[in-house]
Amino acid sequence: MSINTQPVTINLGPQHPSTHGVFRLRVTFDGEQVIDVEPVFGYLHRGTEKLAEERNYVQIVTLTDRLDYVAAMTNNLAYVRAVESLAGISVPDRGMYLRVISAELQRIASHLIATGFLLDELGAFHTPLIYCFRERERILELFEMLCGARITVSYMRPGGVFQDAPIDFWPRLDDFLSSMPGYLDELEGLITENEVVLARTRDMGILSAQDAIDASITGPVLRATGVQWDLRKAEPHEVYDRLDFDVPIGSVGDTYDRYYVRVQEMRQSLRIVQQCVEQIEPGPVRSETPYFIRPDAVDTYVGTESPKGELGFYIVSDGGISPYRMHIRAPSFINLTTLRDLLVGWKMADLIVIFGSIDIVVGEVDR
Amino acid sequence: MYGLGLAKGLVVTAKNLVLPSRMMTIQYPDRKVGLLGLSKATDTSLVDLIRKDPVNVFKALLGIADVKTSLPQHPRFRGEEFNWYEQRCTGCASCAKYCPLGIIEIVTSESGDQMQEGQKYHLDKFDIDIGRCMFCGLCVEACPYDALHMGSGFEEGKYRRQDLVIDKRQLVSAKKKPSTWFRPQLSNKNYDPHKGKNVKWDSAGRHEKPSLQQQQDKWAKR
Repeated sequence: MSINTQPVTINLGPQHPSTHGVFRLRVTFDGEQVIDVEPVFGYLHRGTEKLAEERNYVQIVTLTDRLDYVAAMTNNLAYVRAVESLAGISVPDRGMYLRVISAELQRIASHLIATGFLLDELGAFHTPLIYCFRERERILELFEMLCGARITVSYMRPGGVFQDAPIDFWPRLDDFLSSMPGYLDELEGLITENEVVLARTRDMGILSAQDAIDASITGPVLRATGVQWDLRKAEPHEVYDRLDFDVPIGSVGDTYDRYYVRVQEMRQSLRIVQQCVEQIEPGPVRSETPYFIRPDAVDTYVGTESPKGELGFYIVSDGGISPYRMHIRAPSFINLTTLRDLLVGWKMADLIVIFGSIDIVVGEVDR
Repeated sequence: MYGLGLAKGLVVTAKNLVLPSRMMTIQYPDRKVGLLGLSKATDTSLVDLIRKDPVNVFKALLGIADVKTSLPQHPRFRGEEFNWYEQRCTGCASCAKYCPLGIIEIVTSESGDQMQEGQKYHLDKFDIDIGRCMFCGLCVEACPYDALHMGSGFEEGKYRRQDLVIDKRQLVSAKKKPSTWFRPQLSNKNYDPHKGKNVKWDSAGRHEKPSLQQQQDKWAKR
């Protein structure tokens, strides 16, 4: 006698703790095995691109906070760089250093969340996640000193940053920089050699380098496949060409590599911040820019390396005080294009882990 | 050896379970304390405490006396309860024009038939709908006369949406403890809204108030 199973279609989400926000997956199972995946999104669509058309160039900074809401600083950076290239605004040195410091701190915070939630989805429920959140909290406190808010920072402006760092920011930053490597060792002690983690992540959800390039995947997901592509190295912006750092890459492109690349990137970010602290010199933080910026009627695309990948802003100006059209190249959205190929053939429990290792934020997917 | 990684991980968890420096939970808004904690929090000696507040002392002996906790906050924190100085405001509505959400409503009228130098428009209405506010601080950045400042508090929960519209009367009577967001003149004076006193309207600006001598020098030439 043989037992036959019928395919069953199940909704994962939109309200599900493992989907990183209001994201829905229609999964067809044959027994435990995934045979088809259809991502459904748009539940968090706020029309950022349309809203930008009726706001001036400085007001849009507040909208970009809400794209990838766990990495608001890098969103700010990507947007103001696009406006600066559009309107030909120069940035003073100290402003650029402050921008790099805050963007790299934000990268650490974002990768801590990615790592913590990966463990959460592996079944290490909440305890390691809270360890990650505890360290992230220290970064958010630094942001509160810097700009008065923890998540919706709105720190950067076209032409620099809005205000210089307060004087008691620097000892706190030094304190953070000296204790963070020890904490990362501790986090790695918890995960990197853990047999359960290895059994659940090694050789799972393998993405080949060619597939990743064909689907224009960027960020840690691309670097885990062994491709050394980082916009900070490839097209040095801000002061990245004066800083010495490595681009960590993985070898296989599996779930474990994606985790490991992120941990190593956090170490590199710490190195970058350390060098910035040594190189920064007193001076103005913002160039003289008018309240209402009126660029010429041109268009520009500028990509910036955000924690999730290449975050690009394409802005078309008609010569007015607000953009005629703004398009956002959201890395979370584009990294999802190979989701079906990654997930088909794996079991239900592995689906959650592979999906989590891509590290999406729904605010950016839906915009 | 198989299982070594697991053991390593368990050591990390055990360390975090035991070491007091790794504990991070802050009880908010109240924290339960014992007798010594109560004496420390209220800054009174044990003898005074027993004489004045025997009920709380009894609770403290059981370990359930409540003490209010304040969360650490930085002077630049962009809080609710906007600080607005009527004396400084000219009703130019720069803040209303610069607000990305358009939630500031300003209505002005001429204060007399013939405007003299030094007079300004009369402000009939100055409403901020903080229920829709996202506290980006652009209004504060836009204010040319340093009349509007971000507040420093965050405990502004209300039961109805209408109550979240702050009108002119509420703004005038609110505590004047501005945040130092975009106000370097306050942060340069090492002002901390959680420790400092109320800031008066004449010391909140980016220029110092001229001394009597300076005023006499200036106006004697007229």
